[in-house]
Amino acid sequence: MLKTFKLGGVHPAENKLSEHKAIEAIEAPEKIYVPLGQNLGAPSVAIVQKGDKLKTGQLIAKGEAFISASLHSPVSGTVEKIDTHVDASGYRRDTIIINREGDEWEEGIDLSKDLIKEITASSEEIIEKVKACGIVGLGGATFPTHVKLMIPKDKKAEYLIINAVECEPYLTADHQLMLEKGDEILVGVQILMKAIKVDKAIIGIENNKPDAIEHMNKVASNFAGITIQGLKVKYPQGAEKQLIKACVNREVPSGKLPIEVGCVVQNVGTAFAVYEAVQKNKPLIERIVSVTGKNISKPSNFQARVGTPISLLLEKAGGMPEDTGKIINGGPMMGKAINSIDIPVTKGCSGILLMDKKEALRATEYNCVRCGRCTTVCPMGLEPFLLGLAGENLNWEIAEKENIMDCIECGSCQFTCPSGRPLLDNIRLGKYKVGQIIRNRKN
Amino acid sequence: MSLLTVSGSPHVHDKDNVTRIMRIVILAMLPAFLMSAWMFGMGAVKVFAVSIAACILFEWLIQKFLLKGKSTIGDYSAIVTGMLLAFNVPSNLPIWILIIGALIAIGIGKMSFGGLGKNPFNPALVGRVFLLISWPVQMTSWPKPLGIASPLTDVITGPTPLGILKESGNVVDAMGNPAMPDYVQMFTGQMAGSVGEISAIALLIGVAILLLTRVITWHIPVSMILGAVLFSGALWMVDPTMFVDPIFHLLTGGMLLGAFFMATDMVSSPMTKWGMLIFGFMIGVLTILIRTFGAYPEGVSFAILIMNAFVPLLNKIKPKRFGEEVKNG
Repeated sequence: MLKTFKLGGVHPAENKLSEHKAIEAIEAPEKIYVPLGQNLGAPSVAIVQKGDKLKTGQLIAKGEAFISASLHSPVSGTVEKIDTHVDASGYRRDTIIINREGDEWEEGIDLSKDLIKEITASSEEIIEKVKACGIVGLGGATFPTHVKLMIPKDKKAEYLIINAVECEPYLTADHQLMLEKGDEILVGVQILMKAIKVDKAIIGIENNKPDAIEHMNKVASNFAGITIQGLKVKYPQGAEKQLIKACVNREVPSGKLPIEVGCVVQNVGTAFAVYEAVQKNKPLIERIVSVTGKNISKPSNFQARVGTPISLLLEKAGGMPEDTGKIINGGPMMGKAINSIDIPVTKGCSGILLMDKKEALRATEYNCVRCGRCTTVCPMGLEPFLLGLAGENLNWEIAEKENIMDCIECGSCQFTCPSGRPLLDNIRLGKYKVGQIIRNRKN
Repeated sequence: MSLLTVSGSPHVHDKDNVTRIMRIVILAMLPAFLMSAWMFGMGAVKVFAVSIAACILFEWLIQKFLLKGKSTIGDYSAIVTGMLLAFNVPSNLPIWILIIGALIAIGIGKMSFGGLGKNPFNPALVGRVFLLISWPVQMTSWPKPLGIASPLTDVITGPTPLGILKESGNVVDAMGNPAMPDYVQMFTGQMAGSVGEISAIALLIGVAILLLTRVITWHIPVSMILGAVLFSGALWMVDPTMFVDPIFHLLTGGMLLGAFFMATDMVSSPMTKWGMLIFGFMIGVLTILIRTFGAYPEGVSFAILIMNAFVPLLNKIKPKRFGEEVKNG
């Protein structure tokens, strides 16, 4: 039976243009840009210098803070320099720039295609390996995976929930990965289950991917404790709290983490990366990126090395159309609009979406007509019109009282607003300010 | 390469917008208008045209010369107000009175608060009630529905079913009166009344359009009808000789027009489900209260305006938050 979350939600047009396009590996370009801040939390610290010779998969930057991740060289070659380069934030950030020479891999990385099902590593060893390989959440949030796997002493995990929802319109990277790497993903899921010591895992897939549900069901019959859960299509089902609600009908309390209700959520792409890290000793240096958009002549799912400039991906997808008005790093609901095609693919880049000049424009703005639709669609049960107004009026007291910090920034309110009001813009400002106020109060 | 747009997410938008909503409301009101033209003839058409034209003109003038802002008549909301005002007056209302009504509706009901979205009360009802209190005779002399060929002037007027009921004060007498239409006549609209309120079937077609296009939700119409039916039903059960049955209340006066088109006005109704349900239910109850025990035969307009005033209070009813009170298992 198909499940879903109860509160709110919207149905944006799916537009999965790159659906069923086989994953196509792209050869790395001559010059690679590896930004140091690719994960949520503290940026990695570079341990290489200008002129250093690198092999593919060699450690080049360490995650030193508690919430941070390591980086590995996506290619073999020479460090040209460590300089600033524009990244998805639109700002110039510290970046390791590498000149590629061939593709010579670090020793001990298993590049064969053989499936290794047997898991020999212990729970601690798995977490250590995941950390060493620089795995982060590949759904887009880029939270370091090893941190999520370390269950606090006073808590116990019951379920591992795998996010294969891919509720963002246009994006198809996870879908295609499931079709092509089902076995590897399921071994990855078993590794994650072992790491957090649970015997039940649920893979949530929306039923706009019936072939993926069917395929994963078939593969999962060979693995103990893994259930495939079909979900009704509804955005934002891929949000952690909504997915938990949909799969096991538990509500993560306001301000708390999923472990509070005994759940750990990982993205399906992350499960695959964990398989490669633990079974093949392969660090996270490449990922699947959907390159898509209504005017793209060849919508594709590329496997690209981290550090590959987006311009190369666009070229491989048939070139950038004349009237491109907006380029989005990620999906259309939560992705970030970027200001340059020179930015590199990073660990969190699930898709590149191009919009033409007309699509790039926002809806016409009218006065709020108090229709209450934002309240109806808010998956967190908030009143976005009120939060938006608080943001507009710089009234942080009301914003905090109305639980602005619960907002998951899914954008359902702004998507649905018939007056085209910039609700989420104002709510983001409010969240930033209220977050500051709360932190200052603690200090 | 040309410049790229950079803006915050979301980057896509639902196809629905304010002007589309207003166009659908206009479409949904057309069946009732056509029925009215069929019953009252050119008088209804005249009232309709003048009311819409006056509302658009006043909004444009006020926006241009008093508020000095960009013209807002393109959002169609003035047309909706004009149509609703026309629906709420008799088809033989003198034109000059109607124009004053439009001025009050747009000028005081809407623009004085800042235009679309800012008005606490339903603008058309503000205009209607102003006219009812200022010119009670003209506002309550209803033409008899003689069909499309009704003369434009010197029409024969007759009381509405609610008027008959109020005057005679007793149902038994009223039922014996041949002036009282039967339920089939009421359902199709063969009775005296305001331009838009007479035909239940036309209004039902309209509300079906509004519900199917999701312009409104079921909460307000259903709870309002429920409030009216339960309250009038309770009275009727207590003494059927003193009080009329709920079906009579539903089919007469502005009950359905109010429930489908007036109380559901998004601007002046509550934002949350529970707020809407209480809002609708109380309008239903207040309407029956005014009809049965008040000085006026009809109470829908007053009931809606009274509950409009309670909307800020009803908006204090918060939706249930995700993760607020946790019952897991």
